[in-house]
Amino acid sequence: MLQRTIPIAILCLSGVIMIVAYFVSFAVSWSETVNVWFNILSAVAFVLGAGNLLAVNLEKISSRRPGWAYAAITLVSFFFMLVVGLLKLGAVPDPKNPLVHFAGDYETSASPYGWMYEYVFSPLTSTMFGLLAFYVASAAFRAFRAKNVESILLLGTAFIILIAQTAAGIFLTGWIPQDSVFAVLRFDSLKVGITEHIQTAGMRAITIGIALGVAATSLRLILGIDKSYLSKN
Amino acid sequence: MMREIRERSRSTMLFAATAAAAIAIPCCIALAEGEAAVEAAAPSATAAAATDSVFRTDRGPLAIAIVIVCGAVIGGIMLARSGRPLKIRRLAALDAVDEAIGRATEMGRSVLFVPGIQDMTDIQTVAGITILGRVAKTAAEYDAKLEVPTCRSIVMAAARDAVQAAHFEAGRPETYNEGNINYLTDEQFGYVAAVTGSMVRDKPAACFYMGAFYAESLLFAENGNSIGAIQIAGTAEPSQLPFFVAACDYTLIGEEFFAASAYLSGERDQLGSIKGQDFGKLLAVGAILIGCLLATVGAFAPEGAVAHAAETIKTTFGG
Amino acid sequence: MTTHMTTQRDNAGGSSFLARLGNLDRRWIFLAMGLSIAVPILLKLRFPEYPSPMSRATFDAVESIPEGAPVLLSFDYDPASAAELQPMASALVHHCASRHQKIVFMALWPLGKQQADKTIETVLKPFHPEYKEGVDYVQLGYQSGNEGVIKLMATNIPAQYPTDASGAALKDLPLVAGMRDLSSFKLIASISAGYPGAKEWVQYANGPMPDAFKVVGGSTGVQVSQLLPYYPHQMEGMLVAVKGAAEYEMLVEGKYPIAQPEVIGQGRVRMGPQLVAHLLMIGLIVLGNIAMVAGRSRGGAR
Repeated sequence: MLQRTIPIAILCLSGVIMIVAYFVSFAVSWSETVNVWFNILSAVAFVLGAGNLLAVNLEKISSRRPGWAYAAITLVSFFFMLVVGLLKLGAVPDPKNPLVHFAGDYETSASPYGWMYEYVFSPLTSTMFGLLAFYVASAAFRAFRAKNVESILLLGTAFIILIAQTAAGIFLTGWIPQDSVFAVLRFDSLKVGITEHIQTAGMRAITIGIALGVAATSLRLILGIDKSYLSKN
Repeated sequence: MMREIRERSRSTMLFAATAAAAIAIPCCIALAEGEAAVEAAAPSATAAAATDSVFRTDRGPLAIAIVIVCGAVIGGIMLARSGRPLKIRRLAALDAVDEAIGRATEMGRSVLFVPGIQDMTDIQTVAGITILGRVAKTAAEYDAKLEVPTCRSIVMAAARDAVQAAHFEAGRPETYNEGNINYLTDEQFGYVAAVTGSMVRDKPAACFYMGAFYAESLLFAENGNSIGAIQIAGTAEPSQLPFFVAACDYTLIGEEFFAASAYLSGERDQLGSIKGQDFGKLLAVGAILIGCLLATVGAFAPEGAVAHAAETIKTTFGG
Repeated sequence: MTTHMTTQRDNAGGSSFLARLGNLDRRWIFLAMGLSIAVPILLKLRFPEYPSPMSRATFDAVESIPEGAPVLLSFDYDPASAAELQPMASALVHHCASRHQKIVFMALWPLGKQQADKTIETVLKPFHPEYKEGVDYVQLGYQSGNEGVIKLMATNIPAQYPTDASGAALKDLPLVAGMRDLSSFKLIASISAGYPGAKEWVQYANGPMPDAFKVVGGSTGVQVSQLLPYYPHQMEGMLVAVKGAAEYEMLVEGKYPIAQPEVIGQGRVRMGPQLVAHLLMIGLIVLGNIAMVAGRSRGGAR
């Protein structure tokens, strides 16, 4: 019984504190304390996560499961960055304190840690982000089909925005004078009209719905009506 | 075996308490600032804090809005408890959960559940974990393998608790395997690379993306499409919804995502809260219509009482 | 309003070439996209830019503050978004430095500090050697806490940042020694890729003190829909994606030329591949629809 009651009580109490703190000046420090508690919890939980990472990958290596080489690379990279970063190996000495090793700058690319960030981590994350360009193209090819009126509207909007975001928009309609009655047909004007009015209106509507959903979900959790995140026994 | 299970369950009490504290913080930030998101849709005026009074009077309108919305939700719950029939619109995405997991079972492949990339401070992650509990129960009943890679350590702990509870509820505690719920990395694209790599290698038959996503939404969805998985997504990130809508089979948009847990539970109290949420939306629609009408009439008579009323409402509720 | 997509098989009917194109292997699409990006870069395709109202408003916002006034630049992005946001960040730093603004760098993202350092090393130090750290610019670095950082800085900067990124106490740095809160700045610029970012700066900095400073922002294309409601009242200017960066670069370089134009010209470099890639996407969409129509007209099997 206590297994479920205590967590719900903690949730309810800290929930009420956070709400009260938003409206009552003297309770602000209480909410900051609750936030600090969470930061401490997540710092401790990081150890849990790291331990799990080690356990899973070591098990993969020891049992030689398919793809165990990736697990080995993961562990080697993990320990390399951990050791190099924590011990500041190869850090560039601080001119003001050249004899103090831990005063050195390890984030510059002249040090191993900074070098790995600049020439390994940064290109890898940029590459993953760059994959989006390819996936957007394949998703657009597959999904943008004019099957009904809504799809046709979507297609038309997509064409306008795609062209307006490039020099082609100016090339095609830049000759229309800004102050003429046909200026609304310029691609840049169409883009502004779509993004600032139609898109913004739709986004606001979705945001209002989300806000209400957030409020209802939060209330269900604080009142203990939804307990699906807890153990049963 | 039952004693061992009970002992292990006691040891998770600490994690449950941690998860509860972790959930409380986003709930209340979200509850207090969820309505502030509505304010963001309109230009906000100066909000000088009344630092010398106990109650921040500048946030009075927001407090009133919270009371109204919470009152609507609680009212919905009480109506549900009174036995009145509840009519909830069917959500195709949630009706497809059984179909997706059944498909995975028939094909002998696993089910992948991604609870987003944010920590438990984000209410979307909390909502994703509650949906995970429902999905895990169905997976346990169907004896399907459920894999949950997580991006945060606390989320891993909460996910393990939710899945374990689901297995108990399904009467299959022995099938729970905590090794299927793992922490990968906090780094966004490192997580994406790991999950998409495992998707291509293991080829899950059903993929669920429920939580807060950013740029990786399309990477997940397109990869899932390439392996032929049935994909059900839900997020409250407006900028990522178009990618999920374009690439997934079913998508829960915004508030539907938050209603999903209540919908799947089937409990009257929770369904009643959805009705209350809908009432809050009706109020918002009414307020928008009144505001638009006042602003339109006021535009023709800028010095009149109507224009003044519109400006007063904008200033009061806009902050 | 859930959405339901059925598998795209309704255009596979018949053996017509056009109908089969509807099931084009995605690898051909990837190859075409790769070429459409690589070829313009290799050929150095450039196109003229015509500043949009939002980009011009950003430029004018910086121009309108007094020369030498302190500005706060928040680098709220990581290497993943650097391709889209670094050009505008570089141009912004050059613009501020050309007007001798006192610049305070900070970051709300853990890796934002490194992006700021990179900008200092590539733009500020080489092309504005008169800038001295501690006197003309300060690097505060990253602090965890998301919008909590902004909330505390709004009332008490030293409480949030007792030292700068190198460990020097703020009271020992002439530029920031007397700064109490955000009202010390004339302009706050957030280059943001998501949360926390420009939206949080508007809500928690501009909200409490809307007349104390101007706020401008730079964001990725997908984020713009969440920031548009704030323009132009709470945010005086906004740079949207690579196009906004290219337009802003053109305005900045037009008034403040730089010895090596490519340093603040990366946005314009990227507009060449963007044009070709967008045209490719339009072509693919048209092709897909032609294939769908061709498949239907041949009575394709469902």
